[in-house]
Amino acid sequence: MSHSAEEVQKHVRTYIAVFAALAVLTIVTVYISYLHLPTPKAIAVALFVASVKGTLVAAFFMHLISEKKVITSILLLTAFFLVVLLIIPSIR
Amino acid sequence: MSAEIRYISKPHPLTGVTNSKLGIWCFLASEIMLFGGLFSAYILLRTGVPNWPHGSQILNVPLATLNTMLLITSSVTMVMSWASLAMHNFANYRRYMAATILLACGFLVVKSFEYGMKFEHHMFPSKNNFLGIYFTMTGLHVLHVIGGIIVNTYLLFPGSKMWKTNPEQFMGRVEAAGLYWHFVDLVWIFLFPTLYLL
Repeated sequence: MSHSAEEVQKHVRTYIAVFAALAVLTIVTVYISYLHLPTPKAIAVALFVASVKGTLVAAFFMHLISEKKVITSILLLTAFFLVVLLIIPSIR
Repeated sequence: MSAEIRYISKPHPLTGVTNSKLGIWCFLASEIMLFGGLFSAYILLRTGVPNWPHGSQILNVPLATLNTMLLITSSVTMVMSWASLAMHNFANYRRYMAATILLACGFLVVKSFEYGMKFEHHMFPSKNNFLGIYFTMTGLHVLHVIGGIIVNTYLLFPGSKMWKTNPEQFMGRVEAAGLYWHFVDLVWIFLFPTLYLL
């Protein structure tokens, strides 16, 4: 990734937009929790909002959107095993 | 001749990234599995009982919302401190890094109030499964916040001397510390709804 001053300036605008989105989504997810939706629906909505927020942080603050393949492949492998880990409790 | 670690400032020809960046990402991958194990334990505990309390009945949602705001703001100031170095503005780097550390300390203050209120009501980790997993997950996260404060304070004061001698390597360090800090923010983004809102 190159660090020319002009390019970084462009990044800064993105960071501020991401920050605004994260703040708004935090308020949205708290607001929704006060609506007392049925539990399965509430879990789905809350995890969806959290995933959007998480993706924004990973993609822009952690620069994954423009990261090299070696990093993204390590993370894909990790994501696979994370999913396995989260499925284990549902095996009966 | 001392054995020095190579490719810490210049990308390694095989991977295209610096060894420092590869290293911090491998560490973060192991951290994903560490917290993943706890999230897995949470699912097991929650699905194993007929009734699980709603987080907001036990925990303080407004304080946790405030803490969420503190952490996402600190994530922005952290990335801005790195961007300031990229724009060769060392004074701004110090301002943003100091802000990041102060916001992280603010998170800890709010969290200690939360813990304090629980302890006052004799709500300890051993009381029930909800409090057990709550204290385990948030406690491990708090340890990560403290670790971030220590690293960032080093990079703000003694460590920043490197900006004069080896700016490229120093930027790499700030970037690695930033990746760690964003990860700590990322974990909280999932902890907050899981424990407080569901």
